[in-house]
Amino acid sequence: MTTLHTVAATGALKLSWLLLAFPLFGAVVLLTGGRRTNRWGHLLGVAMPVAAFVYGVIAFFTLIGASHRSQDVHLYSWIPVGGLQVNLNLLVDQLSICFVLLITGVGSLIIIYSVGYMSHDADRRRFFGYMNLFLAAMLLLVLGDNYLVLYVGWEGVGLASYLLIGFWQYKNSAAVAAKKAFVVNRIGDAGLTLAIFLMFTEFGTVSFTGVFGSVKSGGSGVATALGLLLLLGACGKSAQVPLQSWLLDAMEGPTPVSALIHAATMVTAGVYLLVRSNPILAVTPDARVAVALVGTVTLLFGGIIACAKDDIKKSLAGSTMSQIGFMTLGAGLGPAGYVFAIALLLAHGFFKAGLFLGAGSVMHGMNDEVNMRRYGGLARVMPVTYVTFGLAYLAIIGIPPFSGFFTKDPIIGADFSEHGAAGKVLGTCALIGAGITAFYMTRMMFMTWYGKRRWEPEGHPHESPPVMTWPMIVLAIGSVGAGAFLILNDRLQKFLAPVVGVPPTSEGVFSLAGLVALAFALVGVALAWVMYGRVPVPSEAPRGSLLTVSARKDLYGDAFNESVLMRPGQWLTRLSVYFDNRGVDGLVNTLAAAVGGSSGRLRKLQTGFVRSYALSMLAGAAVLVALLLVVRV
Amino acid sequence: MSPIHYVVLSVILFVIGGVGVLVRRNAIVVFMCIELMLNACNLAFVAFARVHGNLDGQVIAFFVMVVAAAEVVVGLAILMAIFRARRSASVDDANLLKY
Repeated sequence: MTTLHTVAATGALKLSWLLLAFPLFGAVVLLTGGRRTNRWGHLLGVAMPVAAFVYGVIAFFTLIGASHRSQDVHLYSWIPVGGLQVNLNLLVDQLSICFVLLITGVGSLIIIYSVGYMSHDADRRRFFGYMNLFLAAMLLLVLGDNYLVLYVGWEGVGLASYLLIGFWQYKNSAAVAAKKAFVVNRIGDAGLTLAIFLMFTEFGTVSFTGVFGSVKSGGSGVATALGLLLLLGACGKSAQVPLQSWLLDAMEGPTPVSALIHAATMVTAGVYLLVRSNPILAVTPDARVAVALVGTVTLLFGGIIACAKDDIKKSLAGSTMSQIGFMTLGAGLGPAGYVFAIALLLAHGFFKAGLFLGAGSVMHGMNDEVNMRRYGGLARVMPVTYVTFGLAYLAIIGIPPFSGFFTKDPIIGADFSEHGAAGKVLGTCALIGAGITAFYMTRMMFMTWYGKRRWEPEGHPHESPPVMTWPMIVLAIGSVGAGAFLILNDRLQKFLAPVVGVPPTSEGVFSLAGLVALAFALVGVALAWVMYGRVPVPSEAPRGSLLTVSARKDLYGDAFNESVLMRPGQWLTRLSVYFDNRGVDGLVNTLAAAVGGSSGRLRKLQTGFVRSYALSMLAGAAVLVALLLVVRV
Repeated sequence: MSPIHYVVLSVILFVIGGVGVLVRRNAIVVFMCIELMLNACNLAFVAFARVHGNLDGQVIAFFVMVVAAAEVVVGLAILMAIFRARRSASVDDANLLKY
């Protein structure tokens, strides 16, 4: 159980607003500057994130040197109304600085890579503007010191994600995918919104310090409700079951977008939310079990999808879902898992971004071909991409001493010691998940880099320019070393302990679970070699088993949404339209028709013959006189 | 002669005028019949002024005469215009203003 105490920022941390200001300035200039910024727009788009990263590093070392490492920067009193005080404050602490470094560091590398990747795109300036907008929103998300500011960033990254998935909006599939991502995310956002409402009514505050301070006395019912609502929010943003369907379609966006937003940073915002809210989860074991369950289901779900996809980006997207499932599972384990969830998140930021950039590099050299059945034997043609991709591959499947081994296996190990018997089931699922990870990644390796060349020789695949390969090399170094750096000596654990609490017992790195997970991974690798390495890969996808067919259809996630949510929704709207047309409009129209018809008949009295008018006047006068006489008498 | 005879004469004139308005087609004749009805009214006013012994009815008769004169001016002008346009003074032919 931890509580959050903050002090006013000192020294260089007072300037933390610079982190937001740099990318925001870039976004404003690039999006409003018009065509005259075309020539140097991408340079500004690169300079701003790099400047933010440089400041982030300075802030990190200032924080390391500070005596109190939870510092608050007051910028602006946003909503000062009676009992509710919401400030636009930035919270720089151990957790947020990790994210700041990840976002600005990996973000800068990916943006540098984009200079090469997007060099032929007519709309390159707009792309860099959106990327800067995304970085500003993401930094606001992780730096906000209350849930409302976090929510602003949360919606900001949703907007940037929408704009970037639909960046090539002339493609119908991209426009539809962007809309889908936005709509599915709204469901998760509704959960977060309700959680904020609940905090306000129960505790009268939405700030982290206020909520965490009073959640213990608020009763477990409120805490469980908050935990589940936050989980719903996390599910939407992090593409966890049941709100997973948007992530696979989101691959319609440019590959650097997939690397930055849909692999390294934005989709991990849900994990950040859960870990940041650890004092809430600490009060409610029920919500923690739900979190762990969602994570476990997703890690299997995403892994199975990734095994069947021939589209390299979609396979990686399934993998991202699966890895975030591991993180969510870690977050659901309580203090034993938070550190490893964050460690896996940071390591994943490196190796998954590296894998996506590698995939982008292959696509760049192959005329945007994404079907892995048309790859094969590319290792000779693109050596740098091959090596960096391979290192990231070794990291993700958890081979020691690469980073996945240090970060994923502890989560699996922690499963077996938490949640009693349920934990054993979750742990076994996670072990199977590790095996599946090794299988689909090895499959991807064999299909892309080894075997017969299945592409047309006229395609002339070629290595990417240095502006693209250097970021990949740096990310590969991160993939190799990040895990060991973070986990050995319990570095990250000691660093984050004030925020997320100290794990009860530390099992050590080379635990039994870790070795079993390694065995599972090796089985996955061997299986993939038997199926895709030993025998040639057919250029056309074979029909496949029932599981393969369903995995190709995203395990019927879309079909489920369509039949359970979309169709009944359509029926409801059709029923409402029918009732509106026949019921409401019917009544009004009948009345209007009756008035119209009778006045149409009355109109015929206007014959135009003066003498008939005179006769009716006479008759009227006669009646009037007769009436007067009758009344008089 | 008692005033009642004047009232009876006024009623007879009014009925003649009214029947004329209803049965005749020529606009000029209809017009004259209207004048006849107005003057029948005038006669009744003056007769009742005599009966009641004050001048109210006689004053009203002057007003009616003024109105009648004005009406003749406007009415005859309209009649002229219609006749010029349609070469007919029949009120049944001028029946365009209808449903």
